[in-house]
Amino acid sequence: MISYELIGITVLWIFLYGYLIVASIDFGAGFFAFYARATKQDHLINRLISRYLSPVWEITNVFFVFFFVGIVGFFPDSAYYYGSALLVPGSIAIILLAIRGSFYAFENYGSKDNTTYLFLYGATGLLIPASLSVALTLSEGGFITEQDGVVALAYFELFSSPLSWSIVALAIVSVLFISASFLTFYASRARDLPALKLLRTYAMFWSTPTIIAALTAFIYLSQHNERHFQNMMDLWWLLALSVGFYMCALWHLYHARRYGLAFVCVMLQFLCAFFAYGIGHYPYILDPYITIQGGATHESMGIALVIAFIGGLCLLIPSLILVFKLFLFDADYVKGRK
Amino acid sequence: MGMDTVLWSRLLTGLTLSFHVIFATVGVGIPLMIAIAEFVGIRKKDAHYILMAKRWTRGFVISVAVGVVTGTAIALQLSLVWPNFMQMAGNVIALPLFMEVFAFFFEAIFLGIYMYTWDRFRNPYIHWLLTIPIVIGAGMSALFITTVNGFMNQPGGFILEAGHFVAVNPIEAMLNAASPSKAFHVLASAYLTGAALLAGIAALTILKKGKSDYAQKSLKLMMSIVLTFSVLTAIAGDVSAKFLAKHQPEKLAAAEWHFETERGADLILLGWLNAEREVMGALRIPKALSFLAFGDFDAEVTGLEEFPSDELPPLIVHYMFDAMAGIGFVLMGVAVLYFALLLLKKREEINRWLLRAIIVSAPLAFLSVEMGWFYAEIGRQPWMIRGYLRVEEAATSSPSVVFLFFLFLLLYIVLGVLCVIVLRRLFRNNPADLEFNKYLQDKELPPIGKEGSN
Repeated sequence: MISYELIGITVLWIFLYGYLIVASIDFGAGFFAFYARATKQDHLINRLISRYLSPVWEITNVFFVFFFVGIVGFFPDSAYYYGSALLVPGSIAIILLAIRGSFYAFENYGSKDNTTYLFLYGATGLLIPASLSVALTLSEGGFITEQDGVVALAYFELFSSPLSWSIVALAIVSVLFISASFLTFYASRARDLPALKLLRTYAMFWSTPTIIAALTAFIYLSQHNERHFQNMMDLWWLLALSVGFYMCALWHLYHARRYGLAFVCVMLQFLCAFFAYGIGHYPYILDPYITIQGGATHESMGIALVIAFIGGLCLLIPSLILVFKLFLFDADYVKGRK
Repeated sequence: MGMDTVLWSRLLTGLTLSFHVIFATVGVGIPLMIAIAEFVGIRKKDAHYILMAKRWTRGFVISVAVGVVTGTAIALQLSLVWPNFMQMAGNVIALPLFMEVFAFFFEAIFLGIYMYTWDRFRNPYIHWLLTIPIVIGAGMSALFITTVNGFMNQPGGFILEAGHFVAVNPIEAMLNAASPSKAFHVLASAYLTGAALLAGIAALTILKKGKSDYAQKSLKLMMSIVLTFSVLTAIAGDVSAKFLAKHQPEKLAAAEWHFETERGADLILLGWLNAEREVMGALRIPKALSFLAFGDFDAEVTGLEEFPSDELPPLIVHYMFDAMAGIGFVLMGVAVLYFALLLLKKREEINRWLLRAIIVSAPLAFLSVEMGWFYAEIGRQPWMIRGYLRVEEAATSSPSVVFLFFLFLLLYIVLGVLCVIVLRRLFRNNPADLEFNKYLQDKELPPIGKEGSN
């Protein structure tokens, strides 16, 4: 029998991965929508983007809250350490999320064609992944100080660390790559050729920085956290699979065919890398303060949460499938006829 | 320094919550109104009601957006601003917090589907069925989050050992003594407020632009809901008062400025306190407090003197309590008056003064919700978890919280103002009658003649 805390962190990690994908699509779409308007190409893709995003933008946000509430619930110590240390960066992320979410609604359901709203929407799409990635950097250890029971963030170490900047860079370029490859697929489903052409160039363009940033972050991680790096090296086959899927995605994009498969490869590429990273991090949630076993909540609560997970997923999965059927795989909707 | 950050932490959380509660109330209340309107529309085959559901949904989405982002803010702020609280209480309250997110998830999914599937199903009831998960999701998320607040007022479901909660029973913590009355009161008042808001909008339209079928149907439908839920809210309030008298007597005593424990206690309305803490200029209803608290005019009500002075809530909560309850009765009175006039004078006659009263009721209802929450939260001072964790032990020690307060204040001002501007723009140049005729044309039916001046 696997322990409840291990189930907890596994499910949470899967959810974080889910957020990574859906939020990347959303964040990147915001940026591309703005970029396209700035370069006067918005007539090509903006209708396509808003057609996809309008029914699902709210769901994306819930993924994030879900992960966040889950981790605090399963590991209350993380609320103490991360909460204390992340007061400022966390609040900035909240503000960016707030601007983004509400301005999306203002622009899309309220007053159309407001460039200021669109700019804020696009710009925050890149700043949010950057600010959220700070939490990931912190987990590597060395950026939090604890003195006399007061937990604080070591800003100087954080801002002067090449690791933290390489993670920020990785977050941003991954967002753009994931998003562009999804939207390429979506455009191909809609048989919207001009949009497809433009989005395909975006996807091709952002593929190279993604792999470079991943390598850079990996190298800096080896200098910062030897243990984590070694653990990941032991999982070399997962990393190799990730690179394999990346090549596969690129091949399909380059040959301009089977965009659905290309996007699935992108998803698998990130899945492998994300799990190699996560498993390598074990047993720490925050190096060296919180471990999965030491920081877990009481058994009764842990089990209650796992049961709630299962019950909740029984409701969520059919509902999400319904959303996919109605808005992603319904050819008439995608083409704009409904 | 330490104390200072506590005050600012309280202000920051109070600010976020009082902003969020406006949109949260709309978020809980309006879906039910949309569901009712669409159902009536399908049932009566009356396109006016369908249009109501459509227009309300369009406005609703804008306010949901603000509700979602402020809800995200408060979810994160709980850990960011109150890290010690979450570390300690997270073990006991994680379950309802988690289930709240599930309920919300559910609502978010179906709201997206609902908005983009008008006219997509042949049977109109299928589209209407989509409102049910939205209404349930919204109601359940309010219910779950209320149990968290209930726990902070009436902790249970654990044993305390050396400053840590052990032997945790999450279900027992959720079903604490405070939860049922709180959940009842929150839901009833949210539906009341949602209906009062829509009734106010309809009344405003009639007052400014004259009578129209659409506005009058909408007004009548919403006023009947106002009447129903104002009665239910009053009952819920009575249940809550009886709960307080039994389990949290200091909160009720602070609201009523009830200092000495006595039998046959008077209910005090308004007034002020002089330097000797004597009640001046107040209306006294003899023995009513005993009746309110225990359903018996001669019951003994515990006074504030029974509690240590460092565990007393601030006495200002008296005004909040009075405002909340007073507005509740005003809303009920306006609804009764509306139906009385409707019965007496027949359908078409609507008094301008009554319309004005209905319009004013809408903001008053929100004010009442705010005052009720202020009373509930400030009345719990000085405790974060009543009896276990004091507020000053739970707050963050970071001085940045002062700066963040002003940053969030700015954010909420911008969001609030833009939300109003966008909503106005959405409806102003697109009155219901215009949209109605367009709607009928789209359906390829002949437009029907409008009644009234516009």
